[in-house]
This record gives sequence, C-alpha cells and structure tokens, in this order.
Amino acid sequence: MHLLVCGGTGCRASASDSIVESLKQELENKGLSDEVQVIMTGCFGFCEKGPIVKVLPDNTFYVEVKHEDAVEIVDEHVIKGRQVKRLLYQDPEKKQSISDSKHMDFYKKQIRIALRNCGFIDPENVDEYIGRDGYMALGKCINEMTPQDVIKEIKDSGLRGRGGGGFPTGLKWEIASKNNADQKYVVCNADEGDPGAFMDRSILEGDPHAVLEAMAICGYATNASKGLIYIRAEYPLAIKRLKIAIDQAREYGLLGKNIFGSDFEFDVELRYGAGAFVCGEETALIHSMEGLRGEPTIKPPYPAEKGYLGKPTNVNNVETFANIPVIINKGANWFNKIGTEKSKGTKVFALAGKINNVGLIEVPMGTTLREVIFEIGGGIKDGKKFKAVQTGGPSGGCLTEKHLDTPIDFDNLIAAGSMMGSGGMIVMDEDDCMVSVAKFYLDFTVEESCGKCSPCRIGNKRLYELLDQITQGKATMDDLQRLRNMCEVIKDTSLCGLGQTSPNPILSTLDNFWDEYVAHIKDHKCPAGQCKDLMKYVVIEENCVGCTACVRVCPVGAISGEKKQPHYIDPSNCIKCGACIERCKFDAIIVK
Amino acid sequence: MSHIKVKIKEKDLNTIKQICKSFNNEPKELINVLHKTQEHFGYLPAEIQEVVAQELNVPVAKVYGVVTFYSFFTMLPKGKHPVSICTGTACYVRGADNVLQEFKRQLGIEVGETTEDGEFSLSCLRCVGACGLAPVVLVGDKTYGRVAPDGVKAIIDEYKK
Ligand SMILES: Cc1cc2nc3c(=O)[nH]c(=O)nc-3n(C[C@H](O)[C@H](O)[C@H](O)COP(=O)(O)O)c2cc1C
Ligand code: SF4
Ligand code: FES
Repeated sequence: MHLLVCGGTGCRASASDSIVESLKQELENKGLSDEVQVIMTGCFGFCEKGPIVKVLPDNTFYVEVKHEDAVEIVDEHVIKGRQVKRLLYQDPEKKQSISDSKHMDFYKKQIRIALRNCGFIDPENVDEYIGRDGYMALGKCINEMTPQDVIKEIKDSGLRGRGGGGFPTGLKWEIASKNNADQKYVVCNADEGDPGAFMDRSILEGDPHAVLEAMAICGYATNASKGLIYIRAEYPLAIKRLKIAIDQAREYGLLGKNIFGSDFEFDVELRYGAGAFVCGEETALIHSMEGLRGEPTIKPPYPAEKGYLGKPTNVNNVETFANIPVIINKGANWFNKIGTEKSKGTKVFALAGKINNVGLIEVPMGTTLREVIFEIGGGIKDGKKFKAVQTGGPSGGCLTEKHLDTPIDFDNLIAAGSMMGSGGMIVMDEDDCMVSVAKFYLDFTVEESCGKCSPCRIGNKRLYELLDQITQGKATMDDLQRLRNMCEVIKDTSLCGLGQTSPNPILSTLDNFWDEYVAHIKDHKCPAGQCKDLMKYVVIEENCVGCTACVRVCPVGAISGEKKQPHYIDPSNCIKCGACIERCKFDAIIVK
Repeated sequence: MSHIKVKIKEKDLNTIKQICKSFNNEPKELINVLHKTQEHFGYLPAEIQEVVAQELNVPVAKVYGVVTFYSFFTMLPKGKHPVSICTGTACYVRGADNVLQEFKRQLGIEVGETTEDGEFSLSCLRCVGACGLAPVVLVGDKTYGRVAPDGVKAIIDEYKK
C-alpha cells in the first residue's frame, strides 16, 4: 500500500510536510512502517482542495487533509480498509462524495502527457521514474534511431513550443542540428515569468527527470553535449529536486559520458535567473546566462546559429521538453491524433482567479474555454457571473462570453485577440474592472521593460499613465484614440517580444469592453465598482441600526456614530477598502 | 538609503574572495557569484560590489548594472521578518492590493523599505505557485493563504516581540 501526499508548492504552503510526518509517525506506532509507504509527490493539480492525499492501490482521493487526520486515515483506511468519508471530495452539484479522482469533473476531460508523472511518483527517486518507462525513450533513441530519425519523429508529431511562440519543435531541432560547431548547447527555459502561472514549476517539482531525459534526447538529435537549465532563483523546491535528479542520473550513467554504452555524452548544469521577466525571452536569457544584464538582441542571428557563448544553441520550454519522451515512446502518429489540425497534443494551464477549482490542468488542444471554465473549473466562485478570461499573461488578452465556445489552440486564440502564452489562465467575474486589469498588466510591463528600446521603455509608461487617468475619471474620449494609436506604434516598433505584445491587454479590452472605458470617461463611473477614485462609501441611514460593527472593522477609523444611531463615513479618511461592507449585516453601507 | 556605508570586515572580505574563487574568478559567472554572496550577506551594498568587481576583473559599473537589473538582488538589508505580498494575477484579482495597502499602513513603510527598528521589510513578488490560496503573503519562509485586510494585524502581531 502507498500513501501519496502532494508536495507541490501550494499544498506545502498548507503544511503538507507535517501530514507526511504524522502519517509516518502513526504508521510506526501501529508497526506498519514496512508495509505502507508514505511518498511525497509533485502536484496533483487540484490545488483548490489541497492538501491532497491519495491512497494506492484503491485510488482513494482525500482532499483538504490536515495533519490531525493522519490517525484516522491510518486507523480506518489502512488498518480496517474503510474510507474516511468526511475527507472525500463532495461533488457540489450532485451532492455526493466521490472517492476516485477519475470520476471527478475536474479530471474527467483531462489528458495528462506532460503531467503524466506529477502526483504519481516520488520526484526525488530516479527508480520511480524508471519504473514508469523513464529513460526508455533516451535508450531507444541512442540504440535504435539516428539523430535524423529523432528529428523526423518530432517533426511528424506536430509538437509546437509551449513557451508562448508555438514554433514547431522538430524544425527548431533540425536547424540546430545543421549548424556545425565544435560545441553546441541545449537550453531549457524554466524562467516562467508570467505572473500567475506555475505550470513549468510544477513539472520540474513533480517530474524533473522527464526534462533531463528530453534534454539528453535533444542533445543526441542536435549533436550537443552540454545542457543548461535556466531556472528562477525564486523556485527553491524545483532547484533542489533538479539537483537531486541530476546527481541520480549521473550516478546511473544516464548523464555523463558513454550513455547507454554508446559514445554519446551529455551533461546538464543549472543557471539561475534573478527575477527579470524579460529573461524569458531567449536572447535575453542567453545574455543572462553569460553573466550580463538580460537585455534582448535583434534576431537574426537566432540562438540556433549564434547562442550561448556564440555557439549554436537550441532553446525549448520545460513543458515542450516534458512531451518529448512520450512522443518517442508512443510514436508521432499517436501524438498527432490528439489535438486540432495545426496544434497537436495537449496544453497545461494554470487555472486561477474567480473560479471554483483553481489548479493545474492539462487538456487536449481543441478543448473549448467553456469546458475548461465551467466543467473542469467548476464555474465561477460564489455564483457570480462570468465576465472574462485572460490567457497569455502580459502578452495576451481578455476573452469574453462570445469566445467561450472557441476551441483552444495556438491559431484560434490569436484570431480571437489573445494568445496561448505559456499557459496562465485567469478567470474574472462581474466585480473585475477591465480597465484596471489592463492597468495591472501595464504596471507589470513598465516594471519589467529592460529599457533598451524607447517605444517599450517610454511608450508603455505613457500607456500606463493614460490608463491611470481613465481609472480616475480624468481622461477624455480623445485619450482613447491616443491610447489605441500608441498601442499600435509600440507593437510595431519594439525590439523584442515583450514590447511587441505588451499593448495586447489594452487592445483586447478596448475591443471587448469599449463601453466600460466609456463609462469611466463620460459618466465618471466604474461599472464593476472597483476604481477607488470613482466611488464613495456611504451609510444608508434607514438601514443602519447603529450596531458599531463597522466602526470596529474600519482600519482607519473613518466611521463614527453613537450606539443605536445611524453612523457616518468620513470620505476624507475612508481608504475604500470595503471592510465595512463585508461586515455589515444590514446592507446599510453602499458604494456610490 | 541606497548610500548607506558599510565597512567590510577582514573575515567577510575573505568570504567574498572565496566565493569568487569557487567560480574560477570568471566574469561569466558574475550572476552566480552575486547569488552566493547575497545568500551569505543578505544584501549587496556598493562596497561588496567593489570587491566582486576587483576579483572578477570587471568594471564596478558592470557589477552595479547587473545588480540593479535583476529584482532578486538588493542593495538594502531586509528586515528580520521580510514580508512579501504576492501580486501575481491570481492574487491581484482576489484582492492582493487591499492586503498590500493594509500592510503598508500597519507597518508605516512603502514597498522596498524596512521599518526603523529593522524588524519588518516589505516587498512584492509575482506568483509563488500557491494561486489556490490567493491572496498569498509570505513572511520569511512561512506562507499565509486567503489573507484579508482585516487579518493583516494578526499576522504582524505573530512576529512582534
Ligand atoms: C518577454 C518574453 C518572455 C518570455 N518568457 C518565457 C518564459 O518564461 N518561458 C518560456 O519558456 N518562454 C518564454 N518566452 C519565449 C522564449 O523566447 C522562447 O520562444 C521559448 O523559450 C522557446 O521554447 P519553445 O519553442 O519550446 O516554446 C518569452 C518570450 C518573450 C518575448
Ligand atoms: S521591447 Fe522592451 S523589453 Fe524588449 S528590448 Fe525593448 S525595452 Fe527591452
Ligand atoms: S498569483 Fe499569487 S500565488 Fe500565484
């Protein structure tokens, strides 16, 4: 018997390590340590209901487990073979508990290729990876395939880069393989800069060997003997697990010289990012690895011609790599049957925001936004109304109701005015102001622009200022035209992908939520009630019973009044935090 | 505060030299050297940057250029209890800004500053990977999930002597 405990960042934040300890302790108390193993795995994906504990072989899926529950799980489930009913997942609609994750709406429509091992294996133990066909693909490549065969297989699979651009991976490898040099490099881009996304991190934390194996396969195909993983220093757990994985792979002869008895050699090193979004851009990433400021340079030359230290370098994203071993094992023809005509396979999304089931999901390309948000995601939180979904992070756009039935793939999302991006998917409800959302992203871009070219450095700042004016009700209709023009100029003239896409959050909200912009400007109103400068908190005297609850909760002491008398909010002190509204039981406070 | 002067002790000077040496004093290892140095000292004041520049044989301006480019590097010491508010998108749509404002108010400092007594410092970061618990706040290594503005005081009180 195995007890799998989620060790992803989300669940660890809810103290899943203490669950592991309590379970181990309890098993020892009962003398069962030898028969039952407790394993800390990578992310199960269902972060909303974490921490999660899964029992094998019967597949029981416990949610929101606390360390105190360890005794009951051991006593009831392990010893007596009875499920602990109160820890099972409750289907919110059918109101019944579901014990096997296979039957949950959250998992039903998912196909897990890149995430195949996350939540199933102990990422710190190479034997478990090998037990699930790990390193078989590398063996197959070296023993049975020529580098050209490998490239052809990847080309035939139709795999496109998951880091945002969607460039065909096989073609990229082919270009790198044709450039001759005494030294070539394979780089894994694990910079994951999209704020609100954690796909790559979860793969590295849950299945680090998959990425190492794929990098070695890429090295074999492109004739490169050195691999580098550029990872954010903010991901300590992923770094730790990668280090362990590299050591174990070296020990087993899966990295290093004479891999699988051949004369192929390949080794992997880590390089650390230091918190700069633009370093996710491949030329900037390479400069950062060389110890410089992470500023992009004009392409061409592409990294495949002149990359790290001036040598041909193949850069791929973490998730792209995670697909490779499966494609080699199961064949291109298996992979290219999944997905849509031009986008094959699956995509991992970090589903978050105002949605019931926040988590990490992997769906076949061609799944609709509606299926993702309402079936897998379980709909909008607190029964509110769906307003928009943002994909593509700071480079993407907001899609609305009318896009819900669009099948998700690279080309459809671009046609709809957004993009796939790396896989962040943020759901927004009626309380979210779209002008503020655009402003949020521009704030990010302004902070992260490297400053090398002026359209991006200065232009984005101006865009931000205009949006700020709009949210304060100080803009004119002419400003909207100015906003749009400037967006176009910045898109056309910026040096790198950051500036070329940074106006997208504005353009897509202008297209889809024009009326909301106009309301801020003409009526000085924020329809979502979020722009603080456009609102005022007032007490409705008839409803106020003078219970003083609001006085106690107001963090700045802006509310005054006698007990049992109507209260008053001083607008000059009020910071519009909304704490009083939440506390008032009599609906006596409103926002005007 | 960016001009605070520090005097580097003999022992610390040797530590920096050791770190540089462990990377063969190679200029292309500058970022790794800075990571290790900051890990050891907690921050990278100008005086430390000068030593690194000397050891790697690069201009101080280059070291400074790199330190200021990357947000992970800081030239100011952090508080004993560094407070970081996640301002990633998921946390933003679930109200991180209100939480941030409340921390600023309660601690009386802006983002990037440290309280006079050196106890707390305040910073923002983007997505800590716990979006299910949004809005998320970190104090040191400890993560707090689903933080509301009226829960801020209780968090700060936990760390007050
Ligand atoms: C501003 C900017 C940020 C980027 N950030 C990332 C990132 O965090 N992770 C990533 O894999 N690719 C990122 N990319 C895309 C990379 O430049 C590159 O296209 C990608 O790593 C190639 O791998 P793929 O073909 O496997 O997708 C970014 C691009 C730009 C312009
Ligand atoms: S577009 Fe922005 S991030 Fe890219 S090079 Fe220009 S200034 Fe730097
Ligand atoms: S956005 Fe805050 S944890 Fe992801």
